[in-house]
Amino acid sequence: MSGPSTYVPKSAIGRWFEARLPIAGLIHSSFVAYPTPRNLNYWYTFGGILSLMLVAQIITGIVLVMHYTPHVDHAFNSVEHIMRDVNWGWMLRYTHANGASMFFVAVYIHMLRGLYYGSYKAPREVLWILGVIIYLLMMATGFMGYVLPWGQMSFWGATVITNLFSAIPLVGDSITVWLWGGYSVDNPTLNRFFSLHYLLPFMIAGVVILHVWALHVVGQNNPDGIEVKDVARDTLPFTPYATIKDGFAMVCFMIFFAWWIFYVPNYLGHADNYIEANPLSTPAHIVPEWYYLPFYAILRAIPSKLGGVVAMFSAILVLCFLPWLDTSRVRSAKYRPVYKVFFWIFVVACVGLGYLGAMPAEGGYVLASRLLTVYYFAFFLIVMPLLGLFETPKAVPTSIADAVLKNAQSAKA
Amino acid sequence: MANAPSVEPTRRDMLYIATGAAAAVGAASLAWPFISQMSPDASTIAAGAPLDVDLGAIPEGAIVTVKWRGKPIFVRHRTKKEIEEAKNVQVAQLPDPQSDADRVKKPEWLVVIGVCTHLGCIPLGQQGDYEGWFCPCHGSHYDTSGRIRRGPAPKNLEVPAYAFTSDTKLTIG
Repeated sequence: MSGPSTYVPKSAIGRWFEARLPIAGLIHSSFVAYPTPRNLNYWYTFGGILSLMLVAQIITGIVLVMHYTPHVDHAFNSVEHIMRDVNWGWMLRYTHANGASMFFVAVYIHMLRGLYYGSYKAPREVLWILGVIIYLLMMATGFMGYVLPWGQMSFWGATVITNLFSAIPLVGDSITVWLWGGYSVDNPTLNRFFSLHYLLPFMIAGVVILHVWALHVVGQNNPDGIEVKDVARDTLPFTPYATIKDGFAMVCFMIFFAWWIFYVPNYLGHADNYIEANPLSTPAHIVPEWYYLPFYAILRAIPSKLGGVVAMFSAILVLCFLPWLDTSRVRSAKYRPVYKVFFWIFVVACVGLGYLGAMPAEGGYVLASRLLTVYYFAFFLIVMPLLGLFETPKAVPTSIADAVLKNAQSAKA
Repeated sequence: MANAPSVEPTRRDMLYIATGAAAAVGAASLAWPFISQMSPDASTIAAGAPLDVDLGAIPEGAIVTVKWRGKPIFVRHRTKKEIEEAKNVQVAQLPDPQSDADRVKKPEWLVVIGVCTHLGCIPLGQQGDYEGWFCPCHGSHYDTSGRIRRGPAPKNLEVPAYAFTSDTKLTIG
């Protein structure tokens, strides 16, 4: 699927250029002729949406940097300057801030899609792990970006997260001082976060290229979780079929995105971040951005500092081992009646952890966090390995074409 | 090229090892400035010089917060009751066992860094189950000696280096 292109440019100048740099052929074989399974549904459009969100974040980010001042004395005011004085500054900042949330909405749907249809299973292990790396880079980028406005949540979020490293035995405190460039979160910390917040999106772009490359080598998974057997019967060319489907989904997603920007631009933020950072006053409840809440709940569920930190990072790293933890021969949850139930409980558990992460760490909330944390890990470490051995999957269609034609017949009937 | 295996090391082998060694040493020594620049710089270290606090201005029962090295330092003028509470504790049963005498130089003055040992929030004074400090972030309770009694924090509030330079003056650092 990623072999040499057979593309021949129509014009003489095109052929002259193609003989010297075959970039048109690369684009043609990757995004025009590339065969896509004909049973892909709309859950498969989020990869394209994510690419669009990355571009949107980079463009709005570059523009915001033209007006932002990375210094503890000026950062907060420069953000207000963007909001009040800069032409369209309010819109650019709201687009960037809500864009981060939309990026995570899309990535969570994309990840759960992979989890449901078994997209991490052989031969897509490397593709999946590259995705986990992109997700980790996104979390680091989002965290550092949230620090830049230098509000109360910026400062205290940065303090709590950098203090996670002090849980490391022996060298923890030295590492924390090294990360801060001082004895607490201060100007050196803000400056380095700004530098890295600008760098990481380009690293994400680099890993995205590897992710797409790996995808085009092994081919896309699909809702039936069966491999392409006959390219002519089972697939359709990327253009126009996937292009128009992805494009339509992108426009719908942009409408959703615009609703947040223009109607509830501060709903996903925190009011305390409109108070300038004060190192001598901790807000009553330090809450991270919503997209970190499930992991924050896991951190707080464990009654030991080191244990909490280890559990939180393990919750993400366990994803890397998924291809080997799942022992089932069948990929798609469509043909795994028992897995399907555990999957939806997992989704509910993640949403539940997200809710608990925003609640104070006391009483029943802590108990609930512990129960859901146990389920979170049990899903990966117990359910996935055992279900492959004990579950009886439904009959899987022999080919993608058969699956599509069967659907068409049952729709007529 | 001759393909018979040569027993003697060749000049190319020598150059290969010398180049590799130079590159490894060079890379390691070049990496150091890039790592070291992240550490606190000279101005940050200078700004962290010792700080004087006037004790005469702190009435009994009050906690004064001063900022040193970007962190709050709590100077607490403890009451008789608070001192008694701090002393009458079974030290061995504490999460981070330490006697009150090991944490103060004069019983009426407790000096601690006001940063929760859990994740770095600032605990609130005279609150919590032990009326020492309570951290609002994740619910750690400290006693009147700044020792962790309940909650996720693993250690007692840290005692900074300090000295009584006169009867009414305290120097932190």
